[in-house]
Amino acid sequence: MQQLFWALGTVVIGVVGCAGYFYVSNLVLDTLLPGRGPDPVRAGRNINRANLIRPWLFLAPAILALGIYLVYPVIESVWLSLHDRSGQNFVGLSNYVWMLNDPGFRESMFNNMLWLLVVPAAATGFGLAAAALTDRIWWGNIAKSLIFMPMAISFVGASVIWKFIYDYRAPGEPQIGILNALVTWFGGDPQAWLTIPFWNNFFLMVILVWIQTGFAMVILSAALRGIPEETVEAAVLDGANPIQIFFRIKMPQIWGTIAVVWTTITILVLKVFDIVLAMTNGQWRTQVLANLMFDWMFRGGGDFGRGAAIAVVIMVLVIPIMVWNIRRANAEMKGH
Amino acid sequence: MEATPATKSPLTLVTHLTVLLLVALWTLPTAGLFISSLRDKDQLAVSGWWTALSSSSQSLQGRTGAAPDQKEENGVYVITGNLLGDTAGRVSAFGTTSREPEAYEAGAAADLGDGATLTVGEDGAYRLESPVPFESKRGQRVFVTAEQPPRFTLDNYREVLRSEGIGRSFVNSLTVAVPATIIPILIAAFAAYALAWMEFPGRALLIAAVVGLLVVPLQMSLIPLLRLYNGVAEVFGVPAKTYLGIWLAHTGFGMPLAIYLLRNYMAGLPREVLESARVDGASDFEIFTKIILPLSFPALASFAIFQFLWVWNDLLVAIVFLGAQDESLVLTGRLVNLLGSRGGNWEILTASAFITIVVPLLVFFTLQRYLVRGLLAGSVKGG
Repeated sequence: MQQLFWALGTVVIGVVGCAGYFYVSNLVLDTLLPGRGPDPVRAGRNINRANLIRPWLFLAPAILALGIYLVYPVIESVWLSLHDRSGQNFVGLSNYVWMLNDPGFRESMFNNMLWLLVVPAAATGFGLAAAALTDRIWWGNIAKSLIFMPMAISFVGASVIWKFIYDYRAPGEPQIGILNALVTWFGGDPQAWLTIPFWNNFFLMVILVWIQTGFAMVILSAALRGIPEETVEAAVLDGANPIQIFFRIKMPQIWGTIAVVWTTITILVLKVFDIVLAMTNGQWRTQVLANLMFDWMFRGGGDFGRGAAIAVVIMVLVIPIMVWNIRRANAEMKGH
Repeated sequence: MEATPATKSPLTLVTHLTVLLLVALWTLPTAGLFISSLRDKDQLAVSGWWTALSSSSQSLQGRTGAAPDQKEENGVYVITGNLLGDTAGRVSAFGTTSREPEAYEAGAAADLGDGATLTVGEDGAYRLESPVPFESKRGQRVFVTAEQPPRFTLDNYREVLRSEGIGRSFVNSLTVAVPATIIPILIAAFAAYALAWMEFPGRALLIAAVVGLLVVPLQMSLIPLLRLYNGVAEVFGVPAKTYLGIWLAHTGFGMPLAIYLLRNYMAGLPREVLESARVDGASDFEIFTKIILPLSFPALASFAIFQFLWVWNDLLVAIVFLGAQDESLVLTGRLVNLLGSRGGNWEILTASAFITIVVPLLVFFTLQRYLVRGLLAGSVKGG
């Protein structure tokens, strides 16, 4: 309980501190370079100077935070990936050579590619279907809210939910996991789903698809609603049926949004670690890059060189999307 | 939308059914967890949650009374009592050996030898009869199979809060999440204002950098920051894993999204409002605090919800920067530990899991409007 008061105290100190920084630095600037005075030329020059400095006063804490927590680590990670486990001795590319020959890394890479193929496609597909269908019925908003709900659930919480679904009991015993209960009800044998190599990857992917479908649905639903009425009306007049209208008229107009949703989920897939850690911890051939990296970070006291090398691989996979995002943001800003 | 009458009705029906199926698939897993967490742990272990409302059949063991309890009735020695005690239920079968626990139907008389018989009724009442006095000090062992009505209880919650450390972790999670949500907002808001409404060289480059940093994987930051924290701790002689450390870490990691969301929103505010304030002689500082900040409330709320959900649900940052010791575990970390140590105890796992997801669910359902708005504004990032 005491630590909660500490936390609240920190909030107050933090907020007051931030506000104080902005207020005082702004005040100092105004005092040093007064914008009013007997000499109008000087006052004007002061205003110009202050306007050059003020943005950086406003930006300083944010730039500091971004620098320490994101920019510096990216550079340092690349640097560390060229060093040994303690981070002291330079070893060149040997961590990357080790990686290429390591069965654990190959397995993770293969699984990650599977995840990348399946999860964004499935989540976007389900999301699109949910968006298109819920827009046509009167209880669509309630349905949307319920499909969206898993988005609020942590990966670990969702893992418990789905581990319960995959629960396995020996044949003959009552199955309390609903998947095995259904399988036995249809006359099949219960399976320990999470231990079946290759296919168990898909049982883990289901969890992320389940979480992310709501996200895809919300964005795509907004995009579908933004489609100009005239295009749809014209198609109706030409006698197109609803399915044709959806695939031939609506879909082509929201490709941009579909791409955004797809890439966003792709990035999430590359970072996903909690689900694998909680469900299998990489056993039974379900390892992925993010969990492998976590593993090497702490295994036997931690191998910072190898861990950093794996992180760099994840980063390299993200870079194309990053470039695409920046270009898109630039184009958008110029458009405004 | 305007389908012809001929195609409308079957298609509409299919739509309704498909959406119903989707909703079922997306809600039943959570519902199953919640229902299970409220069930009696013995029932939970032997039957699926979808049978929670029907009675379940359970095997129980009991003992009849012994020699001191006997009474003599018309020359027959009798011991009576009830095997179910206070619990409700209906006995379907019973037996006197563990090999044949269902040897006799309820109401039938079991022959115990030497003329002694045992009868167990449906309500669990038994009657042990013998022509000679009972001498044993221990009663007869009886196995009964009883249909028990569904039992719902809060015991599972009581147990995990008390003895599994969930209560402690709940406080830890709150301690992490509240400052880590509020502190970044003010820092990001000033930066967003500068990027949206102040002219200075390098602005476009900074905005591009923020967009780029949005997608930097957390994994890149972990090892360098871990080393940095350890170094700082060594130099100043303080612990490396502190709440202050994790608050600052979440502030840094949340900064790109915060700036991006707030800048987009502020840039969309009407220019006239700002211009007229400038003409009136208001400084940038006054414009920001008196006009922009209040107008940006929806965007601030969106970001606050995002950040809160992300921090509350985070596992990686918490393990790395706060540690995995018992006293500092947050809810997600505790849940992962329980999955390892209590893998089969679903009464503990379901109740613990529900406690960890209930706060985000409440936030989600009450503030969904802001969440959706934020998603639409910041769909470059996804969590």
